[in-house]
Order: sequence, then C-alpha cells, then structure tokens
Amino acid sequence: MPETTAAPAETGRPAPKGPGRTGTGLRLARLRDFALVPAIIAIAIVGQIVHPIFLQADNLINILQTMSEISLLVLAQALVLIVGKMDLSLESTFGLAPGVAAWLTVAVGTGSGLGLLSGFWAIPITLAVGVLVGVVNALFIVRFGLNGFIVTLGMLIVLRGLLTGISGGQTFFNLPESMIYLGSAMWFGVPASIWICLLLFAVGVLVMGFTGFGRSLYAIGGNVDAAKAAGIRTDRVLWITLIAASVLAAIGGLLLTGRLASVAAAQGDGAIFTVFAAAVIGGVSLNGGKGTVFGAFTGILLLYMIQNVLTLAGVPAQWIEALNGAIILTALALSRLTGGKTQE
Amino acid sequence: MGASTSPSSVTGPIAEAERITKRYGETVALDGAHITITPGETHALVGRNGAGKSTLVSILTGLQEPDEGEIRFGGRPAPRLPERDAWRERVACVYQKSTIIPELTVAENLYLNRHDHNGLRLVSWKSMWKKAAELLETWSVDVDVRRPAKELGVEQRQFVEIARALSFGARFIILDEPTAQLDGAAIARLFDRMRAMREQGVTFLFISHHLQEIYEICDTVTVFRDARHILTAPVMELPRGDLVAAMTGEAAGLQERKARPSVPPDADVVLDARGLTDGDLYAGVDLRVRAGEIVGLAGLGGSGKTELAETIAGLRAPGEGVIEVAGRRPRAGSVPDSLAAGVGLVPRDRHHQGLIPLMSIADNTTMTVPERLGTAGLVSGRRRDELAREMITNLAIKTPGPELPVNGLSGGNQQKVVMARALASDPRLLVLITPTAGVDVRSKEFLLGKVEEIAGKGTGVVIASDELDDLRLCDRVLVMFHGRVTTELAAGWHDHEMVAAMEGVELDA
Repeated sequence: MPETTAAPAETGRPAPKGPGRTGTGLRLARLRDFALVPAIIAIAIVGQIVHPIFLQADNLINILQTMSEISLLVLAQALVLIVGKMDLSLESTFGLAPGVAAWLTVAVGTGSGLGLLSGFWAIPITLAVGVLVGVVNALFIVRFGLNGFIVTLGMLIVLRGLLTGISGGQTFFNLPESMIYLGSAMWFGVPASIWICLLLFAVGVLVMGFTGFGRSLYAIGGNVDAAKAAGIRTDRVLWITLIAASVLAAIGGLLLTGRLASVAAAQGDGAIFTVFAAAVIGGVSLNGGKGTVFGAFTGILLLYMIQNVLTLAGVPAQWIEALNGAIILTALALSRLTGGKTQE
Repeated sequence: MGASTSPSSVTGPIAEAERITKRYGETVALDGAHITITPGETHALVGRNGAGKSTLVSILTGLQEPDEGEIRFGGRPAPRLPERDAWRERVACVYQKSTIIPELTVAENLYLNRHDHNGLRLVSWKSMWKKAAELLETWSVDVDVRRPAKELGVEQRQFVEIARALSFGARFIILDEPTAQLDGAAIARLFDRMRAMREQGVTFLFISHHLQEIYEICDTVTVFRDARHILTAPVMELPRGDLVAAMTGEAAGLQERKARPSVPPDADVVLDARGLTDGDLYAGVDLRVRAGEIVGLAGLGGSGKTELAETIAGLRAPGEGVIEVAGRRPRAGSVPDSLAAGVGLVPRDRHHQGLIPLMSIADNTTMTVPERLGTAGLVSGRRRDELAREMITNLAIKTPGPELPVNGLSGGNQQKVVMARALASDPRLLVLITPTAGVDVRSKEFLLGKVEEIAGKGTGVVIASDELDDLRLCDRVLVMFHGRVTTELAAGWHDHEMVAAMEGVELDA
C-alpha cells in the first residue's frame, strides 16, 4: 500500500512550501497532456531528413486529411473509454451509416441503390443511423447491464453484416451531391474535412474540460459509486456518451464517403484496432476515468505521421501493415516507459 | 483531556435514535437500540464485530430505513430516505472505504457535480480552485487543491472527505474507523484536527476498535453488544476494565475445554521465523512452532496478523527475515515452494482466495495435490473422486457427492472444503486465517475440533484470528498491535485480558 507509506512524508513537509508545490504540480499536469509532442517533433525531423517534401504544406494537409475521418472514431472512442466503457461497433457504424444513406438515395440501376428518397435526405439519414446504433448499444449496456465489450463486438458483426446485406457486397457509386460535398470541398484552401475534424476536437476539448457534463464522464469512469453519491445521473450520462460516439462515427464515415465518392461494403473494416491504439498511445486509459481529448488527437496524429514517413521512405506497401503493428507496440512500450506506470 | 466541556450553547440532542430495530432475514442487526448525541461532544460508539455499529451508521445516514423506531435531528424527525440533500445537511459520514475519485483534482472532488460556472456556462476552474482552497483553509487542511487526489496519502484524503462533508452544511459527522489505516503520528494529527473542529462547533460520532483512542479523544461512549444498547457513560467516569467488560459481556470467564496435552519441548520445530519485517505491516516478529503445537496470532484488523500469516504461508514475501518450514527454506513469496515444504493454508476469505465457486468439491479439494491425481500431468477423474470422497467423510461435508459445485454448499460446508484442500497435502505446518468466519456454530466446533485432532497427529498449527473461540484452543497466543507482537498469553487466559491486549489497553492503567 504505497499511500500509507507516503502519507507521513507528505504531511511532514513544512507548510510554507505550499505555493511552490502548486506551480510544479500544475505544470506536471499540463505536461502529461503534451507527452506525445516531443515524439511528434522528432518524427517531423526524421520525416524531413527522409524526404524534403515532408514538411511542405501539401504533405501536411495530406496527412491531416487522411487521418481526419478515422480521427473522429478516435474522438468517439476516447469519450467512451473515459466514461469507463468500450465501443467496438464504431468501425461498423463508420461504414453502415453512409451505406444506408447511399442505399436509400442512389437511383435504381446503379449497384443496389433503391432510389427511395432524394439526395437531400442523405446526411439526415446518416446521422439518424448513428443515433439509432448508439441507442441500441446503450439499451444493451446501460438498460440491461450487459458487458460493453461483448455487446459492441456483437454489434460490430451485425452492423457489418447489414452493410454487406444492403449493398450486396458491392460498392455504392453515383452518390448524391450532398454526400460528396463535406468530404471533398475546400474551405479557405484547406479540405473541409480537416476543418470539421479540428472543430469537433476543439468542441471535445471544451466539453470534456470545461463543462459539468464532461467532468461527470471522468467521475463515472473513475469511480461510479462516488459519482452516484455526488448526485450525477450516471445512466443518463452513459446514454448520451454512447449515442454521441456513434454519431461521431457516422460523421467520420460521411467524410470518407465524400472523399472517395463511394461507399465500399468494407468501409471501416479493421479500423477499430488503430483507433484503440491511438487512444491508448494518447494516454487514454482502458480502465476509464483517465485521458484527454487532446491526448487522443496527438495519438492518432503520431500514428499517421509515422505512416507518411514510411511511405515517403519508399517502404513497399505490402510491408506497411506489419510495420504499423510494430509501431503501435513500440509506441505503447515507450509511453509505458515515459509514463512509468503499468498500462491499464 | 477527553472530557472538555462542550462549546455549543444549543440544548437538546443534535441526533438521536430511539428503539431502533433492524432485521435482515433471520438475523437481528439491531434490537431496540438507542443512542443520543448532544451538540459539541465527541461521542464514541464501540462494540465487537456484529454488535450492530455499521447498521446503526447506515440508518443514521439515511442509507437504510429501520424496521422500527425513529431518528431525529435537532428534535425534528429525519427526512424521508430519497431526500439525499436534506440528509446531507444534517449528517455526514466518512466511511472506511474512500469515495474520492483518484484521477480528479482535490478541488474537483470537493465540488463534483457542483461545479462553478462562468458567464458562458463553462466550468470556471479558477473560482472553483479558489472556493476549494478557502474551504480547506476554513478547516485548516493544508492540501494543494489542484493536485490529483491520487497523490494524496490516506490521511490527507480523509481530511478532504471530512471537509467535503462539512461543505454540505452538516455539523454532525460520523467517522467510521478513521484510524484503521493510519499510523501513530497521523492518528495524533487527526485528533488535533478533530479537537480544532470541535472548537468550531462540529459534533462527532467516532467509531473505533481501539479503546485507548476513545479515552484520548471522546467525551461520551456508547457500547453496543449483540445488537443491543449496553451502556452510555462519560468516558472519564468509566474505568477501562468496565468498558471491556461491557463489550465482552459480564459472564466472560474460562470456557470449559479439555486441557490439551502439553507439547514436549524436544518436539521438532516445524516453523522457525526470525526477524520478519514488512514495511508498516509488521515488524521484528519471531515465531517458533513445534510439531503438535497450536499457536494463535491475535489482533484487530490492521494489526498485521493476517499479513504475517500470509507471509508464513508464502502468499506474500517479507521485506526482511527468514522463514524455515521443517528445516527447509521455501523461496519467499512462493506458494508452490511453501506447499512443497509442507505448508497447508486456509486463506482469509473463502470467497476470494479459498474456493472456485463453479468447480466441483472434488476439483476444489484436490487443487493442491495435482501430482496425486494421475501420472504425467493427466488427471484421473476416478482417483480424484476417490480422494475427494475420503476428505468428504473425514471432514463430514454434507453433500450428495464430490461432483457438486461448491457454491451449492452452505457456508460451514464451504469452509470445510477449504480446510480439506489445506489438509490434502498432509501439511507439517497448517496456517489458518480467520478459519471460522461466517460459519455456523456447529461447523465451527467441528472445524476447531479437527484442528486439535490434526495437531495431535504432529502438525504444527498457526491460527490468525480475532475470534476468541478460535484462539481459545491455542497453546499460546501472540497478540499483535499495530504490527508488533505486544503480548504473549498462555492457554487459560480470560476474555477481558485478550480483548484488552488486542485493543492495546493496559488493564491496570
């Protein structure tokens, strides 16, 4: 029991030391948020050495755009992890939500489109599917008290199967203009998806750091009984978080759909591993109550920068996958060493 | 210094409970018990395990409703159970289990779900830090409110919890065994803090197993025994002997028990432990047990007796010191090595460490002896069941057969399965930790009889317990207090001697 041994030393300290302690304590807390920044700078330097194109605006925008869609999954997962749950089904929602929208709005004749609704409905449908998936998840996890891991694993398979079912295993083309716009438009010379991604992360930082709701996520993830004792309506917070996460996944899917101008039956397949890795590397604990939205962002940014460097270095595409896995493990080991604590 | 006059001018009790009865199924947890707490005093509530203290606390804090009786605060009836805020304004409790969220800062723990907001409806950290710092300053708690709560020691966390309780407006605070996890210096600081708060008009109900603390800090003491109120008296007017007698019951005396044959002084030494020390848990313990001898380790929770017994059995490694079992020296902290050296263990809590609930009696009892179940690592079901049947007969376990899952058994029979497992390896040294906890009277007698029988066959036995019945059959009992062996009692001790020794009270003082 380390606390017991630490106690006398702590209180034995003379009182006047108080203010000095405040400063260092706060600085340390801030530093933890920026733990990955040195690594990101190091990769930037390595990247520049590997290929002089790395630090050019075009390449940086390219990195940000390729990660913008999946980073919304990371944001969603970070929220769910902080509240002390897990959501594996995010990657399937990422594909299914725009898939359903395409299915209902693409004209008959191209692929398996039904052409039931006008293109105007594509985005509302995408978001509605996100809400619906979140409601089903929450129903099982919060209302019926089932284990979140198993529930969302089941949902992952069901939703993936649904997308394969409605698409007949094929890719949706000829999407309505409204579905393409967000993923392909340029705002002020920068792709809209980057703006949207940065905006949503900024909102995430604000909500998690500066609203009572956001703080209640930390409280629930840290100690649900204490949160209840403090009067937090824990079930309601869990419902909202799970639904918000699914909606974020749907938006991410929509952005990717716009960039590729299509919805593949396998959209999002396997993304959940990268998502978990990015969140954990970014300092979000799998046990809940710990981590920040900003940290999660640096996690996914680091992974995508490394990938970009590997591509620039001319590593054959067949090997990228294996290297990716190795990088994730190395990054975890490094964050364990620098964090000094067992990964939870 | 305990009987300082109360500073409050308010007359009448700040809290009172009258004729409270609470039943859980068959068991009566409180039987017409009452307590009256006057403003400004520090009131002690004492009693042995099962006396009804925890039940009274949960009723007084509005977590449970009494079956009969009434609670009043300041002369008015208590609020209804769902009105948590109303309860919080009247009474606050610092439970033994911490309700602090480790990852959040101290300030946020204090104002969780009561965050300050700025004009934009966002959390205003600055004003919250200021408010929290002011709150802690009011009660002179010197903790930086911006540190994560996990960095605080147990003592500081407790202060933070007390301050939080006070911030809801309650001036009546229940402290449930606050000293259990603190060392001596920290306890002294807690008491200083309590005295200062008493000057500021805070009333305490103080629950502790340590009687000397009650003489140090409390004005009035109430004793519960067997779910009933026994007495309430000013602490200074109650000699320690009388207090112990009230807790144990007047009829305490020598229990009739056959005298055990004395152990020959030349019997083999089966356990030789020297200089065992592990941080604050226990220090400088020497223990020798001869074949056929039963040695008790007595002490309250936090005395270190459980940890010491677990160390002897190989569940944990000592910081310093040597353990020799029957001439061998098992690797410290290795259960397989200790098993091989001849140690059998009945662990502290059968639900946690003793049993695998869904597995059968046969699997559970033979878990320690895989090598006797078959050759080359294969388990012969027939041989396992044979072995299990032997043990079922030997320990009179009531079951239709060895294949029944152990969670289908009663508590007493489950404990017999744990005992059977410990005995399966024919140990030279048997270590028992609270072996009769949560067991009915008849199984208890049987289990203790079995222990004597095993000792009679030449096994050395160590029993770590605070149950007097467990300790009564020991040839000698080492009493531990705050990690040190303070007293050694030979068989034939009186109950009040033992209780006083465990509580750390000098009877003649």
